[in-house]
Amino acid sequence: MWASWQAEAIKMVRRPGTWLLLTVAVVLSLVFTYLAPYAAYADGSGGVLSDRALDALLPDRLVGNSIGGLPVFIGAIALILAVLTVGAEYAWGTWKTLLTQGPSRLAVYLGKLLVLAAATLVLVLTLFAVGALASLLIAVAESQPVHWPAVGDLALGIGSGWLISMVWAGFGVLLAVLLRGVALPIGLGLVWLLAVQNLLAAVAAPILDWVAELQKGLPGPNAGALAAAFGAGSDTPGVAAVVGGGQAAVVLAGYLLGFVLLAGAYLHRRDIL
Amino acid sequence: MDIQTTGLTRRFGKVTALHSVDLAIPGGMYGLLGANGAGKTTLMRILAGVLPPSGGQVRVGGHDLTTSAGRLAVQRRLGYLPQDLGLYPDLSPREFLDYVGLLKGLDDTRARHRQVDELLELVALTEVAGRRMKGFSGGMRRRVGIAQALLGDPALIVVDEPTAGLDPEERVRFRTLLAGLAGHRTVLLSTHIVEDVAQTCQHAAVMAGGRVVYTGMVTDLVRVGEGATWEVTSSGPAPTVGVVVSAISRTDGTHYRVVSSSRPSPDAVPVPPSLEDGYVALMQRASARAHTVPGGLRLPS
Repeated sequence: MWASWQAEAIKMVRRPGTWLLLTVAVVLSLVFTYLAPYAAYADGSGGVLSDRALDALLPDRLVGNSIGGLPVFIGAIALILAVLTVGAEYAWGTWKTLLTQGPSRLAVYLGKLLVLAAATLVLVLTLFAVGALASLLIAVAESQPVHWPAVGDLALGIGSGWLISMVWAGFGVLLAVLLRGVALPIGLGLVWLLAVQNLLAAVAAPILDWVAELQKGLPGPNAGALAAAFGAGSDTPGVAAVVGGGQAAVVLAGYLLGFVLLAGAYLHRRDIL
Repeated sequence: MDIQTTGLTRRFGKVTALHSVDLAIPGGMYGLLGANGAGKTTLMRILAGVLPPSGGQVRVGGHDLTTSAGRLAVQRRLGYLPQDLGLYPDLSPREFLDYVGLLKGLDDTRARHRQVDELLELVALTEVAGRRMKGFSGGMRRRVGIAQALLGDPALIVVDEPTAGLDPEERVRFRTLLAGLAGHRTVLLSTHIVEDVAQTCQHAAVMAGGRVVYTGMVTDLVRVGEGATWEVTSSGPAPTVGVVVSAISRTDGTHYRVVSSSRPSPDAVPVPPSLEDGYVALMQRASARAHTVPGGLRLPS
């Protein structure tokens, strides 16, 4: 499995798409979490909320700010990365190349999962690092005191962000294995992540009680609830405390396990043609 | 590594791609001939451990390929060049071979890099070793493919239609390379190009409709065309009896080479068969028979 991990890591590092996705995630996070709100604060368009807006950009809010984008738009990046990692083997016809070199399907699959786990961890750590730098610069520029979150909160926040991104990556892996490609899994995954979840939350849940209840069991709302538990702003898309943080983490872990096991079972059973 | 299949069957839903295939393949270079759709690629994939069989027995070097343990054991000694080898467009040949080397368990980095460099030189890719494979031609992709198949010095090399789509010069180079590899290895060459087998293999099997219709010496396959190969010279239309394998236009008319069990025209002249004639004659017989003889076609003595 170590060999598979090393081999997969080579591919991921060499793929330009990996770096492009990481860059997009950082830019999105930076622009919508720090730059746009700070620009609004700086030109006074925040009105009476200006002081509160500044508070939300300071280092002590680092955890919530860093994982606030993961339930939706950074989650989409993790999903795309996972589909590329697994689905591209179908698109390029490389499964045969890969599976005749010695490692078992299980080893190859675990290698891919481990590389995805490492990549999503790097993604989350990068978001935290960039967020820390941005919030520090804002604090210094506005002569505000610099208070960092406690190490325990930081570790829990990183772990939670990693869990959320792995759930979406797991969803991407499952779609890639089921649909044996790249385009359709990415398309359907994004439709679910960006459209269906929002429609359920904004349109169906307010008028249908059972949909509101259903929301508590879906991955997106649970990801949003987990981010909310760490102080992510409720005005961030997909972030709402529909359930408690602990429950959300358990539900998300269940989804991750389910996605990974189901995809593994399909990959193991299906012929590679 | 010898290969032995007994009653090997593979079904895809309601379609049976292999019907009770019996084959005994010794070491050295061995050809597997057949038209497109004959079942060669399915057989190759089973031998490479990519597909499990639906029925029957298949043993490679003593390992039972009907079990996952057997498939893994064979894959550790296998070099496989599939018909449609997938390459990673973002990797260079050197990175790709390094990647394959890691998967094959070549843990010693320096030894792996040395072997990669040797193989790149063997397949004449050293000059483009650092270039991404995105824009590689068919011939270059094939060369990368054979290099990855040779990594780790495999005891069994399975190559599926390796010369399809190559220009004549590349084909000759490829054939020579493959023949040179046989030595102490088993090299199984699957192709629909008779010439490739004629130039490289002593022994061959022929498949048609998912069945083995011939096994034996390549030279004996020529004999199947004896008494069935004709030359017809005509300035009119081509003969309608038998299969026209070549037509050469000359001043006295068109010279047709025809494979037919009966004289295709009164002025047809019998000629010595080539391997291609023997193969065509065999295919004619195989399609004419309601059933094939298990274990291969019995040759006329």
